[in-house]
Amino acid sequence: MSDEDSKDPKESGRRHFLETVTGVVAGAGVCGAAWPFISSMNPTTDVLAKSTSEVELGDIAVGETKTVDWQGKPVFILHRTPEQISEVRNDQSAQTKDPEQDEKRVQKPQWLVVVGLCTHLGCVPLRKDKGWLCPCHGSFYDDSGRVLRGPAPKNLILPPYEFLSDNKILIGKVEEQS
Amino acid sequence: MSKLLNWVDARFPLSEFVKQDLTGYPTPRNLSYWWNFGFLAGFVLVLQVVSGLFLAMHYKPDASLAFESIEHIMREVNYGWLIRYIHSTGASAFFAVIFIHMARTLYYGSYRAPRELMWWTGQGLLLLLMATAFFGYLLPWGQMSYWGAQVITNLFRATPFFGDEIVIWLRGGFSIGDATLTRFFVLHYFFPFLIIGLVLIHLVALHTVKSSNPSGINLAAKDNIPFHPYFTAKDLYGLGVFLIVFCFFVFFSPEFFIEADNNIPANPLKTPAHIVPEWYFLPFYAILRSIPDLLGGVVAMGLSVVIFAAMPFLDRSHIPGGARYRPVYRILFYIFVLDFAVLTYVGAVPPSGSLVVIGQVATFIYFALFALLPFISKAEEKWLCKRGLPAEVEELLKSKSSPDKFNCPL
Repeated sequence: MSDEDSKDPKESGRRHFLETVTGVVAGAGVCGAAWPFISSMNPTTDVLAKSTSEVELGDIAVGETKTVDWQGKPVFILHRTPEQISEVRNDQSAQTKDPEQDEKRVQKPQWLVVVGLCTHLGCVPLRKDKGWLCPCHGSFYDDSGRVLRGPAPKNLILPPYEFLSDNKILIGKVEEQS
Repeated sequence: MSKLLNWVDARFPLSEFVKQDLTGYPTPRNLSYWWNFGFLAGFVLVLQVVSGLFLAMHYKPDASLAFESIEHIMREVNYGWLIRYIHSTGASAFFAVIFIHMARTLYYGSYRAPRELMWWTGQGLLLLLMATAFFGYLLPWGQMSYWGAQVITNLFRATPFFGDEIVIWLRGGFSIGDATLTRFFVLHYFFPFLIIGLVLIHLVALHTVKSSNPSGINLAAKDNIPFHPYFTAKDLYGLGVFLIVFCFFVFFSPEFFIEADNNIPANPLKTPAHIVPEWYFLPFYAILRSIPDLLGGVVAMGLSVVIFAAMPFLDRSHIPGGARYRPVYRILFYIFVLDFAVLTYVGAVPPSGSLVVIGQVATFIYFALFALLPFISKAEEKWLCKRGLPAEVEELLKSKSSPDKFNCPL
């Protein structure tokens, strides 16, 4: 680029415009070309296809828990006794940290379905006589999966699920299955 | 912004580097589009590194998983088909660009002093590129991958005394197997590091001796123009043309460069009816097949690749301008290109009858051209001196500002 060009304001204005347009078009092209590469790092279609899990509930006795795999994460299914249900529905201490009614956390009172990962840093809590205790940093959850004490900020996550029949549930994005 | 730049410049010669070696880099003003191919080779290198990186995130270098992981990439990874086809087409594009780059160097005599080191680093890059392509071809673990690797590793049986031991060592087993696949994957990933390193040396050498040009005579300083914007624009235009051709193959004919047999998983118990290497190895493969002795064939094939390095010694003419001002050398150049094409064809078809003879004749011509060059080039120099150089050359050489001096007779 010689100096003569830039001395003429009209010429340099045109040049500046052309440079900007070239830069914008090239930038858009690079972004477009980069997208397939970025997208290739997302979950592949076979992983997405496995994103739901069907679970038989018939073999879980009253008072027992079962841990099932959903998208590589543990899901706790607790078959609650009437005493456990009435306890979590009357327990006022659960209102402290992340207040939530037990009624809103279950579809059927006897079945609790929660993602078994501590909401603090993702360890798997251990089943105790009553509730769950996270071995990593001592967070404690009740039989509704609500955090009672410890560093966990939130209650155990509820996965999307639906009852296919009285004894069978489907965990995962239910609406996409139909 | 300029404050930050000053801060950096006080500690690292950033602005100076950009001005001297990028924007302001003095470039002969008469470069033709044949000088685009070095830049294009660099572009394809980046393309291969990037697409290869993303493929490696999904590929599994394990004999029992490799073939299926390629299918996984093709069917289930988002845009996996696109990235794989970019990479497989990119391999062919790389060789096409490099062959043209070399042909330009041969035609215009760019390998001559003071650019011998450019030519030799280029020769090293060609060998690294061939090795990388060969390692990569095994990875899909199809029939052609498997038997191609089988045949090429078997060439090392020609080693005197230790032939069998060397082949077993190279394969990590008594046949191509899981160990071979894993080490080929590692080497396919590692060799590009060597390529990038050697490319940097190639470029440092280039910026020392500067670009050659179609006249073959180093131009006076006033006949050089800054790289930017003149050659950035020219290179980018060439890149656009290249990408049109490249994208045609990627999107409309992606299997053009892939042998159909490679879509069958590797089977160590069954060789495909007709084995062919990738097109870029065909001329050398034809030379290998033309010689009816294992050791002789291997030596000839190796020599046919590395003989280019001898060009600065074989070409004894001092007439500037490469083939442009040297009619005899020009004829030799075109015979060589034709011969290379014939060998490519012979390498691609099953050996039979007259084709074997044609292959042998072409192999003979291939080496004869190199062997006769010292004598032909010297005779041509004498003849041209007697006849007088073209007026254009005389004028360029006489101009006081040209750094080149050449007087007939020597």
